[in-house]
Amino acid sequence: MTIKHLAASVAASAIIASPAFAEVDFSGETIEWVIPFSETGGSAKWANFFAPLLSEELPGNPTVVVKFMPGAGSTKGANWFQEQEHEDGTLLFGTSGSTQFPYLLDDPRVRYEYSDWNPVMASGTGGVAYLNPEDGEKFDGSANNLKDIDFIYGSQGATRLDLVPLLAWQMLGMNVEPVFGIKGRGDGRLMFERGEATIDYQTSSGYLGASADLVEQGKAVPMMTWGALNEDGEIVRDPTFPDIPTFKEVCEATEGCETSGKAWDAWKAFFIAGFPVQKIAFLPQGTPQEVIDTYTAAFDAVRNRDDFPQIAAKRVGKYDVFVGEGAKKATQAGTTVSPEAKAFVTNWLQEAYGVSLN
Amino acid sequence: MDVFATALPALSDAWALILQPVVLGYLVLGVVMGLAVGVFPGLGGIAGLSLLLPFMFGMDPIMGLALMVGMVAVVPTSDTFASVLMGIPGSSASQATVLDGFPMAKRGQAARALAAAFTSSLFGGLVGAAFLTMFIVIARPLVLAFGLPEMLMISVLGLSMVAVLAGRVALKGVAAAGLGMLVGTIGEADAGGSLRMATYDIPYLMDGLKLVIVGLGIFAVPEIVSLLRQDRSIAKDAKLGAGWGAGVRDWFANKWLSVRCSLIGVVVGVIPGLGGSVVDWIAYGHSVQTTKDKSNFGKGEVRGVIGPESSNNAKEGGGLVPTLLFGIPGSGSMAIFIGAIALLGSGDIEVGPNMLRDNLDITYSIVWLLALANVVGTLLCIAASGGIAKLTTIRFTYLAPFLFMLISFAAFQSGQNFEDILALFVIGLIGIFLRRFDWSRPAFLIGFVLSNPVEKFSNQAFQIASFRFRKSFEEGMDYIFSPIVIVLLIITIVSVVLGIRQAKSIMAEGDVKSGSKRSPLVFLLVIMAYVVAALINANMIPDYNMTDKIVPLVVGGITLAALLILLAQMLMRPETDAVFADKEVAGEDADAPYGLWGTLTWFAGLIAATYVLGFILALMGFLIAFLRVRAQAPWPKTLILTAAGIALMCVMAGALNRDFPPGLLQDVVDLPWPLK
Repeated sequence: MTIKHLAASVAASAIIASPAFAEVDFSGETIEWVIPFSETGGSAKWANFFAPLLSEELPGNPTVVVKFMPGAGSTKGANWFQEQEHEDGTLLFGTSGSTQFPYLLDDPRVRYEYSDWNPVMASGTGGVAYLNPEDGEKFDGSANNLKDIDFIYGSQGATRLDLVPLLAWQMLGMNVEPVFGIKGRGDGRLMFERGEATIDYQTSSGYLGASADLVEQGKAVPMMTWGALNEDGEIVRDPTFPDIPTFKEVCEATEGCETSGKAWDAWKAFFIAGFPVQKIAFLPQGTPQEVIDTYTAAFDAVRNRDDFPQIAAKRVGKYDVFVGEGAKKATQAGTTVSPEAKAFVTNWLQEAYGVSLN
Repeated sequence: MDVFATALPALSDAWALILQPVVLGYLVLGVVMGLAVGVFPGLGGIAGLSLLLPFMFGMDPIMGLALMVGMVAVVPTSDTFASVLMGIPGSSASQATVLDGFPMAKRGQAARALAAAFTSSLFGGLVGAAFLTMFIVIARPLVLAFGLPEMLMISVLGLSMVAVLAGRVALKGVAAAGLGMLVGTIGEADAGGSLRMATYDIPYLMDGLKLVIVGLGIFAVPEIVSLLRQDRSIAKDAKLGAGWGAGVRDWFANKWLSVRCSLIGVVVGVIPGLGGSVVDWIAYGHSVQTTKDKSNFGKGEVRGVIGPESSNNAKEGGGLVPTLLFGIPGSGSMAIFIGAIALLGSGDIEVGPNMLRDNLDITYSIVWLLALANVVGTLLCIAASGGIAKLTTIRFTYLAPFLFMLISFAAFQSGQNFEDILALFVIGLIGIFLRRFDWSRPAFLIGFVLSNPVEKFSNQAFQIASFRFRKSFEEGMDYIFSPIVIVLLIITIVSVVLGIRQAKSIMAEGDVKSGSKRSPLVFLLVIMAYVVAALINANMIPDYNMTDKIVPLVVGGITLAALLILLAQMLMRPETDAVFADKEVAGEDADAPYGLWGTLTWFAGLIAATYVLGFILALMGFLIAFLRVRAQAPWPKTLILTAAGIALMCVMAGALNRDFPPGLLQDVVDLPWPLK
């Protein structure tokens, strides 16, 4: 039994327990799904994928439009959403790991509070790290032979999602020098293809779209995935890449890398916020339960469409879509880290990259 | 040969796909929608594509592509209307067009300029498509050959165009470009996240200023204000000279220039990460350098229109290469395009390395849909240009309020903050004074545009180079001095040397007279104060974030040095010297019946009223007041024009699902949509 089944059953029971949702009707209305990013990012892709599907499943088939409110690394939009209150249920807000990380790291721009909001759907992704062929030959399931090599990595910034791979490589004792300031993982991959970067990672869809092709041609060697979470909160192999070992396995095989203790706990906390619970759709504060249930049911219907696995595979990956209680739990897991983990990461960012968020 | 064995059948498949009546119908529909969106400055392809997105889900792939490509293709064509007729750069692709296109309109040659521009666009688009057809199957290695040092060199080549556009006093051009670069560094640094001339308390500044706003502020606001002060029509004496036929003949007479600039456009467009920001300036610089008689540039030289316009459409074709082959969008609209392709049909067309292998016919369809859309779009534009050019004969006082309305709306769309409009006003002020004192505005804009690429690529290339040098000296040298870098370096040096020699004859602001010492000196000191502040601010960034401070320090240092020399010159030279150029001393501005500040107050009034009442209510009051008081229009005319302006805004915003800037009133009272 995976977390998917668990989440599904919890969600299903939540739906059955509240029969009031049939009263909500959105006929002739327009639902605005606000994304705190520009039109060009992964979150836009995610919202644009779900919008037409959601429109079909909501009572009254309202038009669902995606609106963009980029700025200040998504904190502008999130701060705006914090000020919104329920009016008529036609406002939906979507966040991503880039909204969660500043929140977790106490970025001074953050004036939003996740626990005030009502999550209705959450979805995740995975990530794969890979090496250039030359150094890939030295990879034997552990990083023991990679410790004396200097790697270079195109990075968007140490406080973004790149925190997860950078910390993982550091825990393995590898010497990875990030080149900061690239604009997206695609640019990082291009840098790798040009031979300027010698190590790279992509989220699942990016890996399937382009990097897997490099692997096939022998121009890249997969190293590890970040893994996926099972229902007990343990890291297991990523269902999309069952043949690639997880970071946890590589860490266990590598001397000096431990899968317990402060560093591990911190890595895992930020991994959960960045990957398995990367994107969450919220209704604003004060939304009545029947509206929440309506959305929950609609998203549940979306993910249960017969063709959903097929159309979702490429757009959002073969990962779980959580709704209702499942989304709530996922949000909880993705937006809380222990004070120890936070302190560890803050300290590490300052020491390794001189990054301070205050 | 293997390549061609697969390419040729795919090409004929592509044509079979395209040449279906219903596909062509969708293409024309897309083109018409694109033209409608594109004529409004600052909206561009992103707004248009976002509008189409909801319909793409499950749509037949080739029809969806026809619709989207039609729309994307014509935006760089139709934005020429705004740049030539009003001096408003519609998008980054048409900034260089303003330099000579608008002066032509002022001389009553709007139709000629438009026709030359559109013919060049069309030709550039076709060259781009033809080039891509041959090239796309083998493009991958070329794209990969452009690493960080190569991209840095292209940015530097773009920056070297400042030499051509520096104006009569070269140091002023250098200082203007330096100031532009410093303004471009405002906000959170890409590399280390340090703040430059910004604080966490003003979140607006953290993202830096948007190109749309700086382009509008530097070019559009000063021209609008100046024309409004003179109270005349754009075309002097309200007469229209040569028609569109002359423009087509102009293009034919300069066809080789057009060919060269098209190729520049394709090649620069192919390189991911640079996009369109440099290509029109490189093309403009090339046009200047290859023209024998340079005295007309900046005053309405048709070659200054043909060059950039040939390159900017060809660039769209080139931009398809990184988009389709690597899945890396070269521009914002391309990013949405990629997202939308995945929605089409059963979602099995996937942009990226597999595109050529699995969907070569679709790839070719996209290339030739783009070319066809260019043809359709250009013909429509040329057909319309004669009529639309008549706008330049209207008394400007009747146009100005609507232009203020349009640029405010466009600025707001770039970030949906009230501060966007405020920034437009502030940058507009800078633009007004740069123009008045004959500091090169193109140099400022080039500096601004290239600030981020230069900083990013030099930091990253430096880091990777030092990594290579640590391995071995040869490896480091091989990396930095690749053959492409050496070639680009030579081109850059040649163009700087030529540029400096030629700059004196190119007077973008016309022949500005010199007069008193005081005003030019005050302006210089104000700029100097900002540069010093920026330097101090950059110096305060801790040393471990060297990547975030090095570029502002170096650029600021050079700018300050140039300013100090200028200051010394001002102190020593007589007040008739070119350093003291001032448009308020003699010429059109000095003779204008209305003052600068009185005219600016109208614009400031619109902004202040927006802050209180929200955009639509403020606009209503502004239009009525302006038309009644300034234009002295009778009541019926005032009301009709006001209603038309408001209706236009509402239809535009409604169709594109955009909001208007809210004011304090909207915080207190809940109002229905257009007033919201």
